[in-house]
Amino acid sequence: MMRAGWIAFLAACALTAPLGAQDKLPPAPMAYTQLNDPAQEAAAQELMETLRCLTCQSQSIADSDAPMAGDMRHQVRTRIAAGESPDAVRGWLIERYGDYVSYDPQISASTWPLFVFPMFLLLIAGMVVARRMKRSNSDVSETE
Amino acid sequence: MMRLAYAIPLALFLFILGLGGYMLTQGRDQAIPSQMVAKPLPDIDLPAAGGDFPGLTRRELIGGGPKLINFWGSWCVPCKAEAPHLEALKEQGADIIGIALRDTPEDAGAFLKQYGNPYSRVAIAEVFTILFGFGGSGVPETYVVDDEGVIRYQHIGDVRARDVPILLDQLEKAK
Repeated sequence: MMRAGWIAFLAACALTAPLGAQDKLPPAPMAYTQLNDPAQEAAAQELMETLRCLTCQSQSIADSDAPMAGDMRHQVRTRIAAGESPDAVRGWLIERYGDYVSYDPQISASTWPLFVFPMFLLLIAGMVVARRMKRSNSDVSETE
Repeated sequence: MMRLAYAIPLALFLFILGLGGYMLTQGRDQAIPSQMVAKPLPDIDLPAAGGDFPGLTRRELIGGGPKLINFWGSWCVPCKAEAPHLEALKEQGADIIGIALRDTPEDAGAFLKQYGNPYSRVAIAEVFTILFGFGGSGVPETYVVDDEGVIRYQHIGDVRARDVPILLDQLEKAK
């Protein structure tokens, strides 16, 4: 099963990754090993699902079998095990890679339209619906 | 009037479709620039891997003039392509420190024997952790570090002939 996944991954790499090629070393110690403390592992898992793999397109590091993702999970688990908070680990990565690495978007000068625009659309939709309701109500009263 | 109202979503849809199509024709820029440029070197403490591969610490990288730090790996195909250009950099006076990522002394040694060794020193790291410290996202990558241990420039991907003067220029600027 693992082997088939690995072969599929190599095939995918041959097609897509320009920096391709794979090393022969085993995965980092904590890449596929859960932390002993269930609470810490849960925190690490939650964090890993919202961190973006640096080499795989649009996959979280929890989702990818790339060595880079494995090493990032190793990094996350090691830091969580050492007592760092998930926010601190995320901050450490953002400090190095910018917002690219995080799937937890923050409101900033460039992202605020993403948050404002849906609310704006909802508002417009609400106004349209309200107008229609009013109109159909008055239609009803007219026919009565 | 009603017609126009219907045309707006259609126009929006076509606009988004067109935008998607346009973006598809544009080359994807996969490079993720490091935010560590202009910041001090991260902690470095790589253990010795025996033979030609002594360990490497942060302190050893500070002082003695600006340096290039080149991340590579014997398993990395573009690293073979950049080998002659690193050699050219060395011939023109660049001090290049190599860090082989996810590598073994045997494989790294064989690579250097086959493709040449442009490095004044080579360390081996078993995991990418050290690269995360630099804000790097792949191999190969090359960094210019000044005398005070501040990262001054990041080159993503293999060094090509046209990058050699750029890197030499950045080394000069880091003096």
